[in-house]
Amino acid sequence: MSAEVSAPASAPGNGASRSRPGGRDRLLAVMQRRQGGVNPGLLGALILLFVGLSVFSPYFFDSKNLLNIGRAISIVGIASVGETIVIISGGFDLSIGSVMAASGMLSAFLIGLGTPLPVAFAASIVMGTLVGLANGAIIGYARINPLITTLATLSIVRGLSYVLSGGQEIVVHDPTWIAIGTETFAYVPYIVLVLLVTFLVSSLVMPRTLFGRYAYAIGSSARAARLAGVAVDRWRMAFYLTCGGLSALAGLVTVSRIGYAQPSANMGIELDVITAVILGGTSLNGGRGALAGTLVGLVLIGVINNGLTLVGVPAYWQLVVKGSILLAAVLYDELRRTRRDET
Amino acid sequence: MTPLLQLEDVSKTFGPVVALRDVTMRIGEAEAVGLIGDNGAGKSTLVKILSGVYAPSSGRLRLDGKIVDFQSPLDARRSGIEMIYQDLALCNDLDVSANIFLGREVRRRFGPVSVLDRTGMATETARILGELGLTITPEREVGSLSGGERQMVAVARALQFQPRLLLMDEPTAALSAEKIRVLMSLVQGLKKRGVSILLISHRFTDILHVCDRIVVVRQGAVVGEVAPHAQPPEHTMAVMHELMTGDRTADA
Repeated sequence: MSAEVSAPASAPGNGASRSRPGGRDRLLAVMQRRQGGVNPGLLGALILLFVGLSVFSPYFFDSKNLLNIGRAISIVGIASVGETIVIISGGFDLSIGSVMAASGMLSAFLIGLGTPLPVAFAASIVMGTLVGLANGAIIGYARINPLITTLATLSIVRGLSYVLSGGQEIVVHDPTWIAIGTETFAYVPYIVLVLLVTFLVSSLVMPRTLFGRYAYAIGSSARAARLAGVAVDRWRMAFYLTCGGLSALAGLVTVSRIGYAQPSANMGIELDVITAVILGGTSLNGGRGALAGTLVGLVLIGVINNGLTLVGVPAYWQLVVKGSILLAAVLYDELRRTRRDET
Repeated sequence: MTPLLQLEDVSKTFGPVVALRDVTMRIGEAEAVGLIGDNGAGKSTLVKILSGVYAPSSGRLRLDGKIVDFQSPLDARRSGIEMIYQDLALCNDLDVSANIFLGREVRRRFGPVSVLDRTGMATETARILGELGLTITPEREVGSLSGGERQMVAVARALQFQPRLLLMDEPTAALSAEKIRVLMSLVQGLKKRGVSILLISHRFTDILHVCDRIVVVRQGAVVGEVAPHAQPPEHTMAVMHELMTGDRTADA
């Protein structure tokens, strides 16, 4: 499949004759764009599951239950936005669960000292971005593998949140904070709104800004980006910083739902977050993926968890199902990549 | 007349390894210079210094007679030096337009936010692709293109910003005979427009055909220079071989 190359009668600068791009070419381009968005198979699976569960369980297709799903996925969802960006850029962040716990603990601790809520929240978000900044700096400048780096910060940050309270949980009495997790706006829970706004903003940013463009470019080929003059290491820090900040936000939302901050909160949530991202079509090899895909992956996992409970599958089995879905998604990603490389 | 670019006693060492030793050479305005040498002779190190990837360990670079110090590939590009890498250095997951503008994206400001001018960049990409006679759309993902098309995208990227000096490292490696012919006539067209070219190639025929002067490097040093148009091609070829292998040491 080679395009016709006619002899360039003149070099650029002169008004040389221009051939129109062929229809086949345009079709290919459109198909590729679709591939970069939401996988139609995934969307199909979600719709099938919706229909199936609605038939199987009288409780599933109920506005209360659907909003419950929304609440249940909001925490994982907010963090998965940051993780999507990091994975698109060719990185990986395992420290998100720890940052969430530390963020909740820090704000609860500061409020206990009489700090105003906005200041406490800001401190938590700044703490999250600083952890992200440290991750990015170590990965970018010291060239340490992201898995090892963020595994180490996972442990450090989790440990510090235990240190902060001597391992105790901190009950939160602040009515505003609790209201965020319990109240609704026009029937939609606040935390679902936070989730939607996070997705909306990042979906607007990714295709339209340098931040998004360089996440894809660096994930695709860090070498090519560097040779083109992109400050690769600095941008990597920006991606991890964003992920850290969003994880901290998700940690604040966690506390608002359960009413207290605990150092062991959100342990193992990386599994859910990464499953949503990979299931949504973001490639572990970087360079490919979309937030819309992550959203569909996220809803799919939420619906599966909810459906399993509704049809009476014991909770322990949900872990087995989740792990299997992640494995299937990774296998699919690998197959797709091999197929692409062969063509 | 001051040459466009001069290297003066440029050396490059990597720890104990001497990759380049006191290299002095010049590239004139609108001149096409060929660079040949065996594998490991120092060709790649030399172009990496010119393109700002490496800083020389000692020696100087002069552009228009003035000493320049490239800290990064971006510095070299800002001075009008474009490089086409042997492996092309493209992002396969990005489309043609994003690759062509990588690192030099056009943006528009809306108050505090600056947004990529995607339409503008795509239009500009379509224009340059058309001028190169390529029938691919700016939205095509580079990974889905053939080797020859990818090569031409790399060329288009280098030409987009009207370079004064174009460095080409084995540009014909991935091309069919037909595409090589296209590329070589392109090189001649660029020369006519005043662009200087440094061409590294294993294909002596390409070099003989388009270059005004051929510099031979061996074991990190310039061992000779050949003027291809002064002698019959068979003679020039023989001299080039002898210089490369060390059978001849004086200038031809």
